Amino acid sequence: MPTLHRRPSSPPSLKCSPEAFLLPFPSSLTPFLPSFSLPVPLLEINDLRTWFHLRDGIHRAVDGISFALEKGEIVGLVGESGSGKSVTGLSLMSLVSQPPGRIEGGSAVFSGVDLLRCPAAEARAIRGRRIAMIFQDPMTSLNPYLRVSEQVIEPLIIHERISRAGALRRAVRMLEAVGLDDPARRLHQYPHEFSGGMRQRVMIAMALITGPELLIADEPTTALDVTVQAQILDLIHRLQRETGMAVIFITHDLGVVSGLCDRVLVMYAGRIVERGDVRDIFRQPRHPYTRALLRSSPALQPKGVELATIPGLPPDLARLPAGCAFAPRCEVATELCRGRDPALQEVAPGHATACLRVQAGAI
Amino acid sequence: MSEPILELTNVKTHFPVRRGAFLRRAGGTVRAVDGVSLTVMRGEVLGLVGESGCGKSTLARTILQLVPATAGTVVLEGRHLTGAGAKVMKEARRRLQMVFQDPYASLNPRMTVFAALAEPLVVHRLCPRSEVAARVADLLTLVGLPPRFGSKYPHEFSGGQRQRIAVARALALQPALIIADEPVSALDVSIQAQILNLFGQLVRRMHLSLLFITHDLAVVKHISDRVAVMYLGKIVELGPAAEVIERPLHPYTRALVSAIPFPDPDVERTRHRLVLTGDPPSPLHPPAGCAFHPRCPFAQERCRTAVPPLARAADDREVACIRVDEISSSDPV
Repeated sequence: MPTLHRRPSSPPSLKCSPEAFLLPFPSSLTPFLPSFSLPVPLLEINDLRTWFHLRDGIHRAVDGISFALEKGEIVGLVGESGSGKSVTGLSLMSLVSQPPGRIEGGSAVFSGVDLLRCPAAEARAIRGRRIAMIFQDPMTSLNPYLRVSEQVIEPLIIHERISRAGALRRAVRMLEAVGLDDPARRLHQYPHEFSGGMRQRVMIAMALITGPELLIADEPTTALDVTVQAQILDLIHRLQRETGMAVIFITHDLGVVSGLCDRVLVMYAGRIVERGDVRDIFRQPRHPYTRALLRSSPALQPKGVELATIPGLPPDLARLPAGCAFAPRCEVATELCRGRDPALQEVAPGHATACLRVQAGAI
Repeated sequence: MSEPILELTNVKTHFPVRRGAFLRRAGGTVRAVDGVSLTVMRGEVLGLVGESGCGKSTLARTILQLVPATAGTVVLEGRHLTGAGAKVMKEARRRLQMVFQDPYASLNPRMTVFAALAEPLVVHRLCPRSEVAARVADLLTLVGLPPRFGSKYPHEFSGGQRQRIAVARALALQPALIIADEPVSALDVSIQAQILNLFGQLVRRMHLSLLFITHDLAVVKHISDRVAVMYLGKIVELGPAAEVIERPLHPYTRALVSAIPFPDPDVERTRHRLVLTGDPPSPLHPPAGCAFHPRCPFAQERCRTAVPPLARAADDREVACIRVDEISSSDPV
């Protein structure tokens, strides 16, 4: 399988540590100084807030999330419906309909550019070329009226100076890279001639044809059969290793996250409630919601035993309670939890939680 | 001593395909269900698993006679449902009920919850009008909802709550068997757990039989006593749920079990996986011989010609694979 065309990353990295310029030592001693270059995160999100102004109130779909994504990292964004995970991805891509949505605040800095504040032309140059997104339902994400060829070459025609013939050649190589048989013939077919798994492969081809540095995958396997899901996850994993791109993988499936992701962000009611390395999150979950999710998963519970459940329902995002949003459903919540709004805080190296009681060492 | 509630014998449901708008010539047959024999005992939970296109939903509809069977028999508590008249079917529907996958589509949006639950009681004249309110209140309590919810409409509820209402409606007639077609697939994990627990409690308390159709093996292992695995209209493996999923014998079951991501990074990243190539086949163009052979890592020449029968492979286990004794403990070729 051919490796993918990979755009050179920009900006170029520094060739020596910044500190060398500041210290009054002769240059002959600089080899003895520890040399390191500070890694600049590929994407740094700070206090992102996306609210929807609807008739019955303001729905705080994303309510203050912050995280950094390194180059080549695979981060899982996990949560149930209404947690804000999809809206986070859409906000980064400027795909939130405004109105009724509005990016109320925060920043999302990608390679020195704030995606939330840059001019539209700059956003267009990044979206589809350096950051790509794939969606859940391949049945509705591809245009049924156009041949696959038109859809797969579209990113190239828009973002690169390339002839149509050249673009079509790249498209055939891309279809082969995503594992489609007989790619030259398949290229000229319509989406309805493909199965669900194959359409998802086409969507991945479209997303990766420009060699993006970041792929946002919004539940790409949820609508697929489980054997096809396994193939698509393998594909994404292989492509990530080949290209070195970063991936934000949005899902509700803890199993998928275990296999694919390096780090995990658990979301609830528009906030990140826990953040950490994948193994730490599963071995030692440090938020009652994460613990409850793991306990209610049938795969992890012995047969015959009643599954642990989380009582009640997720909160109405237009009427969030004061204090911790999870407190009404939390079995270890105290008065303090209901009164104070918890912030995400690191409690172990690389492992952060937004639970006041865990932060205090009580649980 | 348990007795059989439902007996399916060689059930087939074929749909003719007609091509063309005017001439309507025959264009082949979709063999959605292609020879299924199953028995569900009283008080048993039988899981039916398979991917899209395997025929599990069509089988559910065939059992209920929502779609007529092309061949074979469906017997409910000793009564033949296949080819039965309207009177027999009305009686049968008291004993056999269904819960559907989409909680947003299966409740009539223009009927209050009370009306939806009272309707079966009134249609089947199960109790005098004066008692209907009390029975509806009992049903709502049974599924964990307060009786005052009866005056609300479906759109006022979440997916999980609507599914509870659908279960209450299925229980209204006190059936012997409930067919649940992917009842938790559209729900979040934490809500899924609530509904699965509810089913478990009802089965135990009311000695109900349950045919639980799903694609989710973790769910089926948790709730079922036995499980049947379907592929392209046929059962390929049948046995105790935990056994079949922990020690699958049929190559397709092995691939299916292997495909499921396990929510534990240490396990998930190190386990040996069997990833199938290709897509699930179309029931319009089934492969010759064993339907699974094009994707099977163990296929041989004879698999392309012989249709394997569902045969006893071990205590309590039936498998439709002619090579099952040779391959059960070895890795793929």
